[in-house]
Amino acid sequence: MSDIQFATPKTIKEAVKCLVAAKGKARVLAGGTDLLVQLRAGRVAPAFIVDLKHIPELTQIKREDGGFRVGAAVSGAALGEHAAFRKAWPGVLEGLELIGSTQIQSRASLGGNLCNGSPAADSVPGLIAAGATCRIATPKGLREAKVEDIVTGPGKTSLKADEFVVSFLLPKRPKRASDAYLRLIPRTEMDIAVVGAGVSLAIDSKGVCTDARVALGAVAPKPLLVKAAAKALIGTRVDEAALEALAAACRAACKPIDDKRGTIEYRTKVAGVLARRAALIALERAQAA
Amino acid sequence: MSKHHVTTTINGDPVEFLCETRQTLLDCLRDELDMTGSKEGCASGDCGACSVMLDGRLVCACLVLGVEAAGATIETIEGVAQGEQLHPIQKHFLEEAALQCGVCTPGFIVAAKALLEKNPDPTETEARYWLAGNLCRCTGYDKIIRAVMNAAAEMRGA
Repeated sequence: MSDIQFATPKTIKEAVKCLVAAKGKARVLAGGTDLLVQLRAGRVAPAFIVDLKHIPELTQIKREDGGFRVGAAVSGAALGEHAAFRKAWPGVLEGLELIGSTQIQSRASLGGNLCNGSPAADSVPGLIAAGATCRIATPKGLREAKVEDIVTGPGKTSLKADEFVVSFLLPKRPKRASDAYLRLIPRTEMDIAVVGAGVSLAIDSKGVCTDARVALGAVAPKPLLVKAAAKALIGTRVDEAALEALAAACRAACKPIDDKRGTIEYRTKVAGVLARRAALIALERAQAA
Repeated sequence: MSKHHVTTTINGDPVEFLCETRQTLLDCLRDELDMTGSKEGCASGDCGACSVMLDGRLVCACLVLGVEAAGATIETIEGVAQGEQLHPIQKHFLEEAALQCGVCTPGFIVAAKALLEKNPDPTETEARYWLAGNLCRCTGYDKIIRAVMNAAAEMRGA
């Protein structure tokens, strides 16, 4: 078995150069909690591994334009320790922190979870609901993309072989805004989502919802942004009628698989239930914010 | 193919080893350095038997490449006791009979030590959640949790 070449670029440019030179035969490494399992199982056989954790932009958390720029390889543990981020984006953290054990949290990252391309990735609906964008390194320089445009299907992304996600921008929060993420699994901890639902919303001083985004995981080949569900909330006081319209929009958006974790019917029903509950939690947080 | 020459720090000592890219940190500890205290249970990050500290964070050594250890600070189960002097967690594992086959024990002890360094006074629920990434198929966990809680109390001087 031929061994794999290993690179630890210190800059984005150097990393892109490695990827270009590898001609599609490289895998980038962040926390490795997916890549090492796939390597061991023989599901991937790269000729090169490019460790991105020595590039400062990938491991920093910074304020930017009133929001946060979070490096793609920042671990769940590190982001969880950032008090200001937790206050602004509790739902994004809820998704990220649901991934695996303490040991996994020390390594697992937003960038890795997104680019692994799982439809059930727990941190992705929260990021989509947050309206997060990602900065992508390419041979021609940096480009920006919406998080919902990255995953295209199970294990597949819109990134080219010589591109990688550098960081995420979580936008500035208005007053009275918050978010929440809920998922359903058959056990209490450490399992793959049967359904995940992320809701981010803002309300005005009268309690009327002025902005909302709703995203679902594990109910389609990729995480979904459900615009009709957000529309059901905007302009309302997030009352019973609005919540039922939100749930109906979520159910209508589902195109789930039938497997041992949940039937199509079950996943579809639960998507509405979780989105409604997540909306109520986000609302309560927005009222307190 | 030439191997990587890795220089790192393990349990306070400078250490060097040679490895291939595909070797995990666990492979390197066990096969290159004869540090067989860290166990391979699942080799996929589920069981925690290979738990070690990497730059102050608890990780599964099976999910870290050996080459990633370059320049890092690693602590393993071999560094927990001071010579013949057992760490309070180790002592309480013995007192509570918190092990049977022993394969999960090094991982539990390293993980519990990480918990108590971060939170010297955890609730039982916090301890159970923190240790949820360490699987034991023998004890049913109660004895392990008792050992960790008793060690925490002793370490606080309670």
